[in-house]
Amino acid sequence: MKEIYEVRMHGRAGQGAKSGSQLLAEAAFKEGKYIQSFPEYGSERRGAPTVAYTKISQTELRSHEPVLHPDAVLVLDFGIMRSIAVAAGLQEQGILIVNTKVCAADIQKLAGFSGPTYSIDATSISLDLLATDTPNVPMLGALIKLTGVVRLESLESVLREHFLPKLGEEKVRKNIEMLHIGYDEVTK
Amino acid sequence: MGIRKAITGAQAAAEAMRQINPDVVVAYPITPQTPIVEQFAAYVADGIVDTEMIPVESEHSAMSATVGAEAAGARAMSATSSQGLALMWEIVAATPGLRLPIVMPLVNRTISAPLNIHCDHSDVMGVTTLGWIQIFSENAQEVYENILLAIRVAEDRRIQLPVMVNQDGFITSHAVEPVEIFDDAAVQSFVGIRSLERSLLDTEHVRTIGAMALPDYLFEAKRAQEEAMGNVFQVYKEVGRELSSITGHAYPYFETYRLDDAEAAIVVLNSAAGTAKVAVDAMRGRGKKVGLLKPILFRPFPYEEVRAALENIPAIGILDRSMSFGACAPVYTEIRSVLYELDTRPKVQSYVFGLGGRDILSTEVEAVFEELLTGELDSKRQRYIGLRG
Repeated sequence: MKEIYEVRMHGRAGQGAKSGSQLLAEAAFKEGKYIQSFPEYGSERRGAPTVAYTKISQTELRSHEPVLHPDAVLVLDFGIMRSIAVAAGLQEQGILIVNTKVCAADIQKLAGFSGPTYSIDATSISLDLLATDTPNVPMLGALIKLTGVVRLESLESVLREHFLPKLGEEKVRKNIEMLHIGYDEVTK
Repeated sequence: MGIRKAITGAQAAAEAMRQINPDVVVAYPITPQTPIVEQFAAYVADGIVDTEMIPVESEHSAMSATVGAEAAGARAMSATSSQGLALMWEIVAATPGLRLPIVMPLVNRTISAPLNIHCDHSDVMGVTTLGWIQIFSENAQEVYENILLAIRVAEDRRIQLPVMVNQDGFITSHAVEPVEIFDDAAVQSFVGIRSLERSLLDTEHVRTIGAMALPDYLFEAKRAQEEAMGNVFQVYKEVGRELSSITGHAYPYFETYRLDDAEAAIVVLNSAAGTAKVAVDAMRGRGKKVGLLKPILFRPFPYEEVRAALENIPAIGILDRSMSFGACAPVYTEIRSVLYELDTRPKVQSYVFGLGGRDILSTEVEAVFEELLTGELDSKRQRYIGLRG
């Protein structure tokens, strides 16, 4: 793994880009890595475009600058690609994962990116299991499958810690299930 | 060894407050300070601390009630940002003269207008003349430790002055980072219990706090305040040594980074110092001799020590995250002043960056270093980093 692995998540407020970024960072933290996770704050309102960053490193992270050259970009909302250049600065060997049923070729056209592109219907997964459009957890499952940036078990344990006190055992189980479905279903 | 947690700068401040377990916390929420108060309120509600938390209707009341509690003899804290600090200014200004050792985390955010919730230092730089001790923090770890340090410095018998512990809004307050939280018992033994010696509720020794002083006495009171400010250097060192025995970290007045043989140096406060370190490493990797000085104790300002650290650097860039309209920027002013006593002064350049949360990139800091190394500097003209047009 390169010295600092950087992930950028684009979504709409309410879809969990910020918490997704934090869950990923905490999973890496559990594995003994140095981490940073922070969102760009605008005028927060549900549905507005949001972006959140995760940095994972073997050495201490000192810089507080945003992620300009991500290794992976996760897009939680397909439609956002019409107004936001989600692939800006994405490394050629980097990967783009989009929450959609649309095929990779169409995504690449919209995103202006020719590198490795993957799709996962994370909204349907979260609607099926939680009856809400919170695609962040299945998206993280897909990221883990494709990059191995953290272990599945690390993220499971972070989900448990975060959601058990707030949401209870049932929702924790469903979140872990979503993580696994994302992991299993991601397609090129 | 403590416990490592992945938390934000705001949560790090709340963790320090949890361990301090103040008698009273009075606060009014304001972005980006809010998560400090939220987290601390959860500690109160869960019975983790036995603090009396007083929600109030404004920051003016928050600082007024904090002052009242502290005068009574309680260890009282508040926390604020930007407009909140502006609204409590009247009481903030009175606190040092009342000699009340209140510690207040300040989450730095620009002062309106234009309305903006993001980071710069225009809030704190508007209050540096008031007599609060000012400590700056690069990251969440420093926020946590600086608050612990601040309590003991403030309450020392030789000081009895309030302290603000600064952190960058959002950049530090809302970013999740690893923070080592040290053992509760060790920290609690370090912070101890506030002495009631000077309190109103010490009925054996009746006193007046907040008396009127006319031209016959006010001047002497202010001179005594300055004397106490001068004592901070010694006390800060002593308390820092004591805290080191728990944390293993040092508590210098300022941090130097790869400065010894530097041909160009940058001086910058808070989180941008971390970004500047990355730029220093990149430049050093290309054989360019550059370094950094990060002020931590900003009031009182350690002129002599900073002078000794900077006297042999040929070119120094001072990066300010606020302006002093129509005059030199605040950090630049101090560094220019630092160099006055030298026979041969380094070249200096003032840079303003990051207002209203404008990002500062390590590549922009590298460009500043390159400019400093050319020597084409103008100490009379302020330059801008990342400004359009």
